[in-house]
Amino acid sequence: MSTPHGGTLVDHTASKKKSARLKEETREMKSIRLTSGLRKDVQNLANGVYSPLTGFLCGNDFDWVLEESRLSDDTPWTLPIILDVTEEQRKELSIGEEISLLTEEEEPFATLEVEELYGFDKKRMARKIYGTEDQDHPGVKRVMNMKDHLVGGDILQFKKNSTDFEKFHLTPKETRILFREKGWRTIVGFQTRNVPHMGHEYVQKTALSFVDGIFINPIIGKKKAGDYRDEVILAAYDTLMDKYYLKGRAVMSILEAEMRYAGPKEAVFHAIMRKNFGCTHFIVGRDHAGVGDYYGPYDAQDIFDEFPDLDITPVFFKSFTYCEKCGGAVDGHICPHDDKNRENFSGTKMRNMFKEGKTPPEHMMRPEVAKTVLRYEDKFVGDQK
Amino acid sequence: MTEKNYTTVSIPKPLAKKIKKRMEGTGFNSMSSYVTYVLRQVISSMEEEEKAEEFSKEDEEKVKERLRALGYLD
Repeated sequence: MSTPHGGTLVDHTASKKKSARLKEETREMKSIRLTSGLRKDVQNLANGVYSPLTGFLCGNDFDWVLEESRLSDDTPWTLPIILDVTEEQRKELSIGEEISLLTEEEEPFATLEVEELYGFDKKRMARKIYGTEDQDHPGVKRVMNMKDHLVGGDILQFKKNSTDFEKFHLTPKETRILFREKGWRTIVGFQTRNVPHMGHEYVQKTALSFVDGIFINPIIGKKKAGDYRDEVILAAYDTLMDKYYLKGRAVMSILEAEMRYAGPKEAVFHAIMRKNFGCTHFIVGRDHAGVGDYYGPYDAQDIFDEFPDLDITPVFFKSFTYCEKCGGAVDGHICPHDDKNRENFSGTKMRNMFKEGKTPPEHMMRPEVAKTVLRYEDKFVGDQK
Repeated sequence: MTEKNYTTVSIPKPLAKKIKKRMEGTGFNSMSSYVTYVLRQVISSMEEEEKAEEFSKEDEEKVKERLRALGYLD
């Protein structure tokens, strides 16, 4: 199993006793209300998903991440985990002060020890992280809409975020103990935001052939209209794993985080998070975490050459299709037939079929998985009445 | 990154020659970036070997209990 990134698995969750005390004390503290995305960041900092980070980045680390894709101690780190505040909030805060972090519903759930307050150049951040200043890029747009100042410092979480998917929510500590109990020494991580089709199954099982277990880790969080709803994705995977995976070889757990659409830099970030869950390998597909045509199809694979010290092995897959002659999913390495025999695993096509209440063909999706998806009246974000 | 984040180390000239030769065709455009790459690889594999993971007994039991309750462990 991989050692945690940076060497130590961070645990910044308060003990029961301390939590009880902080619940009272935070009522007297200055506070900042966080968005649901930032709240997820706090939870990921607290339970070690973002190890070795113990809080929001201070200025020196922020600069290092932007310029070198590393923390100031040389540890690989590609996306800045930062907390933005307004000018008014900045004026109210003092260095060394402990403040309360609130949920969107204004419930205190964590504290932050203010270590540094600093300004930042949003255009520079957009350029360095996303490779563009184009505000049509959702990540850039998000950066340009951030407040003007950043606050860095360690966090301590005393109230866990509530989730609708408790059954599927495991922390890195839990997955590490689980993998060890299962006797897995090599584990491949798979990131997903979709219901599984036959192409996904091909990729997962090909990788699984070479390791002890697969860790399927869907990202749960804010999605675009038209994306599958979280519960649909989880139910579809649950069905697939129940019917077509060896029970002792596959584990699914959710990752509550927001997509940044930073393409190559996000692919490395995704690998680091899975390393913290204990994975030794991580599947990186075509245009991983990309959006539009901002990144080349294999930029997210090439970037791994820059990190000889990442200590998680990326497993690269080029595009894969269904080949009628081979009778299954294939990629360019294994199929000698030409394009007229091949059919793309088109997510859009399958989504459109579901919208019309139709079942995708069996060579595209397992019938049991399709049946599970069709069971939901509200399959997609924006469908809710 | 600004120059203040870098430092200079001295290595024997014959070794530098060997490194230069070894660099040929690798795509690295300077000896510094090549040596940085190699050292990061070496140090990280050394660190990997040195680390052992430990959780307290109490933590382990608590986690295993939850994993059993959720059906991840028998």
